[in-house]
Amino acid sequence: MTASTAQTTMSDGTKGLVVRGLTTTFDTTRGLAIAAADVDFDVAPGEVVGLVGESGSGKSVTLRSIMRLIREPGKVSGRVEWGGRDLVAMPAEELRKVRGGEIAMIFQEPMTALNPVLPIGVQIEENLKAHTGLTGSQRRARALELMNIVGIPAAERRLDEYPHQFSGGMRQRAMIAIALACSPKLLLADEPTTALDVTIQDQILKLLLDLRDRLAMSVVLVTHDLGVVAATCDRMAVMYAGRIVETGTVAEVFARPHHPYTRGLLGSVPRSGHSRTMLQSIDGTPPSLTALPQGCAFHPRCSFATEICRTDRPPLDLIGAGRRVACHHHEEVAAAEPIL
Amino acid sequence: MPLFSFVIRRLLQMIPTVIFILIVTFVLVRMLPGDPASAMLGDRARDADVNRINHELGLDRPLIVQFFYFAERIATGDLGNSIGLKVSVLSLIMDRLPVTLMLTALSAVIALALAVPLAFVAAFKREKLADSVIRGTFQVGLSMPVFYVGIILLTVFAAQLKLFPVGGYGTTLPDKLYHLFLPALTLALSFSAVLMRNLRASIINVMNAEYVDFATAKGLKSRVILLRHILRNALISTVTLFGLQIGTLFGGAVITETVFAVPGAGRLLIDSIYGRDYPVLQGLTISLAILVSLTFLLTDIIQAWLDPRIAR
Repeated sequence: MTASTAQTTMSDGTKGLVVRGLTTTFDTTRGLAIAAADVDFDVAPGEVVGLVGESGSGKSVTLRSIMRLIREPGKVSGRVEWGGRDLVAMPAEELRKVRGGEIAMIFQEPMTALNPVLPIGVQIEENLKAHTGLTGSQRRARALELMNIVGIPAAERRLDEYPHQFSGGMRQRAMIAIALACSPKLLLADEPTTALDVTIQDQILKLLLDLRDRLAMSVVLVTHDLGVVAATCDRMAVMYAGRIVETGTVAEVFARPHHPYTRGLLGSVPRSGHSRTMLQSIDGTPPSLTALPQGCAFHPRCSFATEICRTDRPPLDLIGAGRRVACHHHEEVAAAEPIL
Repeated sequence: MPLFSFVIRRLLQMIPTVIFILIVTFVLVRMLPGDPASAMLGDRARDADVNRINHELGLDRPLIVQFFYFAERIATGDLGNSIGLKVSVLSLIMDRLPVTLMLTALSAVIALALAVPLAFVAAFKREKLADSVIRGTFQVGLSMPVFYVGIILLTVFAAQLKLFPVGGYGTTLPDKLYHLFLPALTLALSFSAVLMRNLRASIINVMNAEYVDFATAKGLKSRVILLRHILRNALISTVTLFGLQIGTLFGGAVITETVFAVPGAGRLLIDSIYGRDYPVLQGLTISLAILVSLTFLLTDIIQAWLDPRIAR
């Protein structure tokens, strides 16, 4: 990818990704599980947005719903606008061209996401074959180039090797090379560093940011790690029980959380430079998705909760430019003693 | 080339297997009650005649001496002569074994042709009507004994509808295949049921693998996802089963050849057991055993090719 093509990507007038009312439900034997509800968020070109929450908060489901990777009995509704088209309603063949071509996705565990019986080179080249008219030797050359871009040494030899012959970090790099083969404009990253140790994690995040700059691509980064968000994201959306409860720039949200759940998450991060105290945790556990509490789903665990929280679900209100929160008492929460 | 050295290694491993087979075959054959002379001369034979013939055949010598004669001849490729038919065992086997091989190969092809597409349909229509119908039908096929299925097919397709010959074997290749179709189908039905069930479960398993999601997220065409990502991985366990079942298939061929009067090694084997024709029985058992080990080798090679993690 050269600088000039990167420029055209930036200026071709797309608004990036616009998600509106995205709702994903699963009809289970224990009732209807609402895994993601009314999810709204935007990703501007070149922007890195973090989707944060505990396990089961709906962040991965949201990401998979965008790509329509939800299997039966899952159902997805709402709109996912991409370049003026709705991915949710798009015909299969058109969607196939978007997947991998314009929007790519990487997964948490490359050991299970890479096909164990195909050489890495084949897994890169099949992507190119699906979306470009490159010849066999051109595809091979591009695969080599990609291996170099993501920093895999001895690329020529490693193209013919299988996933089990790679180390964890190299495997994640290989998965990124596969995903980025066709220079997508949006990368959906589902906990890409969770399975890696800390030093490798740092390298992979640096690589992602570097690629974002080089390819002028947007990134949606799903993670439960606030440290990762602080290090990489421009904006963030906090999810709880399938809903977005707070959005804003990373700096704003970290400095003044308006939702008690965000406040709790930030409070549970261990910090250096302070006297050693017990880590704070959020009392209770996330609710079952088949039996969400009335009103605000967070109220049983919330110290700010009052009667209205038990009856009325707070809407995701705009409280500033690009700053939204879903809490009846957000002013009170924001005014509370700083947590960081 | 890891695959090449893997094949060499597996070939070398076959040597002790073959030696073991030789010993077991030799001992087992001689553990059968009765002897060739009694079988030839019948119930009212005189002891003197029986002993004379056994002496001529060298069967009155100690077992260990007989074994070394046997092993020495095997080493030179000589399987001896048939006691009953007075011709060389090798020529008998070369005459009959290809028929059985063709029967087994044809039934394996039919079994795969039935199992693979139907396993896909059953897996993708999981717990729906198509799945139940496919699984139910195969269950019936699986629960019926081979000879019974054979007789039903014979009655319906050969005797009543006259679509296929009742028995025998042809002269030209198409004619041979035509004669072998019903017996092969008989053998294939239970075989494909086993394969189909295994492959269906395996496909369902692989379909939920994350690499299939990743392949989908890459925007690959569904044919590529189906064949390269799902089928190839799903086949790994089915190939193992396929290899293991080949032995059973040879066993089934013996019965089927009898039902359909196919002049194959199966019928020769049964005749040689009745006649206590030690050389033929030994020669056939060894040939079949080596064939089965070769099939295992072939399965291992296919598996190593399908799954590079095996041939390390």
